[in-house]
Amino acid sequence: MRVALLVTCLVDGMFPDVGQATVAVLERLGHQVEVPLAQTCCGQMHINTGYRRDALRLVRRTVAAFEGYEAVVAPSGSCVGSVRHQYAGLAAARGDTGLAAAATDLAARTFELSEFLVNVLGVTDVGAHYPHRVTYHPTCHSLRMLGVGEAPLRLLRAVRGIQLEELPAAESCCGFGGTFALKNPDTSTAMLTDKIRGILDTRAEIITAGDSSCLMHIGGGLSRLRAGVRPVHLAEILASEPAKVA
Amino acid sequence: MKTPTPTPASASALTFLGMPTAPRGVGALRGDEPFPQAARRALADTQLRRNIANATGTIRRKRAAVVGELDDWAELRAAGAAVKDDVLAHLDQYLCQLEEQVTARGGTVHWARDANEANAIVTGLVRATGAQEVVKVKSMATQEIGLNEALAEAGISAWETDLAELIVQLGEDRPSHILVPAIHRNRAEIREIFLRRMGAAGGVPASPDLTDSPAALAEAARGHLRERFLRTRVAISGANFAVAETGTLAVVESEGNGRMCLTLPETLITVMGLEKIVPTWRDLEIFLQLLPRSSTGERMNPYTSFWTGITPGDGPREFHLVLLDNGRTATLADPAGRAALRCIRCSACLNVCPVYERTGGHAYGSIYPGPIGAVLSPQLTGVADNPSLPYASTLCGACLEACPVAIDIPSMLVHLRGRTVEQAGHEHPFERGVMKTAAWMMASPRRWSAALRMARLGRFLGRRRGRITLLPPPLAAWTTSRDLPLPPAETFRERWARRTEGGDR
Ligand code: SF4
Repeated sequence: MRVALLVTCLVDGMFPDVGQATVAVLERLGHQVEVPLAQTCCGQMHINTGYRRDALRLVRRTVAAFEGYEAVVAPSGSCVGSVRHQYAGLAAARGDTGLAAAATDLAARTFELSEFLVNVLGVTDVGAHYPHRVTYHPTCHSLRMLGVGEAPLRLLRAVRGIQLEELPAAESCCGFGGTFALKNPDTSTAMLTDKIRGILDTRAEIITAGDSSCLMHIGGGLSRLRAGVRPVHLAEILASEPAKVA
Repeated sequence: MKTPTPTPASASALTFLGMPTAPRGVGALRGDEPFPQAARRALADTQLRRNIANATGTIRRKRAAVVGELDDWAELRAAGAAVKDDVLAHLDQYLCQLEEQVTARGGTVHWARDANEANAIVTGLVRATGAQEVVKVKSMATQEIGLNEALAEAGISAWETDLAELIVQLGEDRPSHILVPAIHRNRAEIREIFLRRMGAAGGVPASPDLTDSPAALAEAARGHLRERFLRTRVAISGANFAVAETGTLAVVESEGNGRMCLTLPETLITVMGLEKIVPTWRDLEIFLQLLPRSSTGERMNPYTSFWTGITPGDGPREFHLVLLDNGRTATLADPAGRAALRCIRCSACLNVCPVYERTGGHAYGSIYPGPIGAVLSPQLTGVADNPSLPYASTLCGACLEACPVAIDIPSMLVHLRGRTVEQAGHEHPFERGVMKTAAWMMASPRRWSAALRMARLGRFLGRRRGRITLLPPPLAAWTTSRDLPLPPAETFRERWARRTEGGDR
């Protein structure tokens, strides 16, 4: 399958390993991955902060960049959520029916990594090996906006060597919320503290999730506390191979 | 908006911009300070944090259990949403039908454009009876308009009879939850309040050896309230539902105090938001399942009272219904915001909200807290008067999942953020500048690559510690409690370009 990677601006600029891991997993499964370099940012931050006009430029760019690909895959539930559930509505509300139609078409072809692997490709064992104690945080947009359900956990359970610990109160938000973390830093931190308490209770050394943004938030708190727990994106775990680990 | 392009969105914006919103200076829809500041104070209140976490946790579990046992919850929810949408689409007809029916059955209907009009109408009606005091059934609408304060100004005492509202009133406090207004108080505090205030408020005092057991506290409240029920001649209520086909009003409650107020006094005045209509009795079948399961986590609530006009020789001899707008028509005018009027005030969204769970209700400023408050208050007042509320959410989606009438609160929050930026964005020139610049850079891959190269300078910020612990504005708030990793030496697109050029694919 000809798959395009929607790398996301955050992964592009801050976490290139996550993008590389996503490519590695898809290629290992025999797919040809392309990265249209015309992409920049999906516009979610602008949409969710209320800057609809500015967001529309980014929506237009993203829709155009991924035209014609059979499938578009992103290592982010949140960005896929935006493409799938916000793009067409935003374009329609601004009276751009052509863009709305193109966005609807893109929405049907765009997937978060775990749902693409499990629901589209029907794969749960991607041949990964990761001998660490890991706990998984289902990010809100993966869980409630996309409804990826058990897909990430099924992938993780099939990883060799992994010791997977259940995260208490897993489904409650980590407090990131995009610009929420900046506009409401105190409430955001209070939520983060409870998330970290749950993570520490599992005694895991790795916290994983399907979104680099939430992981950056959780990881930022863990780093400040020198908690001895490291954030690792789901794609990186799935990409790890015995040789690399040893 | 200076020069709006003639798109459907801006056309509708013009429509609802012209609608009257809830007036300033009256009622309880606006706070004294923005949410982030109010939240900061609330977060430091350890007692509040513990009480709210305990209470919402318990209600959440109960709700999940009783919702989970119904196979047709999804259908009920869709039906509830559909009935409410029909009501909103034909509100004018249903309101006229309701007025006709109430009038035909001996009641009097009053139309109140806003809080001031509603307060004036109710005050006038109470004055006409000559009564100096009234008893009240728990009601959000009367709190919204500040009715108790308006009555007090006219020399009329209004006594809350719902146990939790009584606690709030005696404690000279503000409600912090729609359904459990005293959720921020614990038993010991309630005992204190009863001992200190019951006698002082001119009622039956609490016995000096009152303990803080729930039974003892309930007994004290019972003694105090009984006496008020028996001596007061006028009652004021809200309504959960109004059935248009018969003009019947309904109040759903747990304690039975509401029923005392609805039946004992000579005059009953009901103040109701004009969206509370259901077309027929049959529709109640849906809502009387949705409401108790979502709110208290019960299969059925203990008391459901219905009344239709007046019945000679039974109950109140006079019945007045005040239909309240106070910004509801303005809310209805916005296609992307009007679903907030489906709300049946069950408070399920508060109980599942991770923000509410930590800040409690007072931080929202408005009498409507939590997720529904964050979308309803700014619409009733106009977004310029509550600009921080649409941002008081991480958009985690827990509210939508819990809402029994499927209000898409996260999408509505995003929409209201758009309206806030478009109507009041000039108040934050710095943020605006940052967002505009970011969009400009991101609109071109060339500029975006250059921006990422610039960001790499961030590696210097943290070169000593190996991570960034202090960021300049606009990102300074991030590093109040969170580190940031160093930007990578190479971006993903640079790596990819190298790989493609290197021909290793
Ligand atoms: S918005 Fe929905 S969940 Fe929240 S109080 Fe209203 S009906 Fe209940």
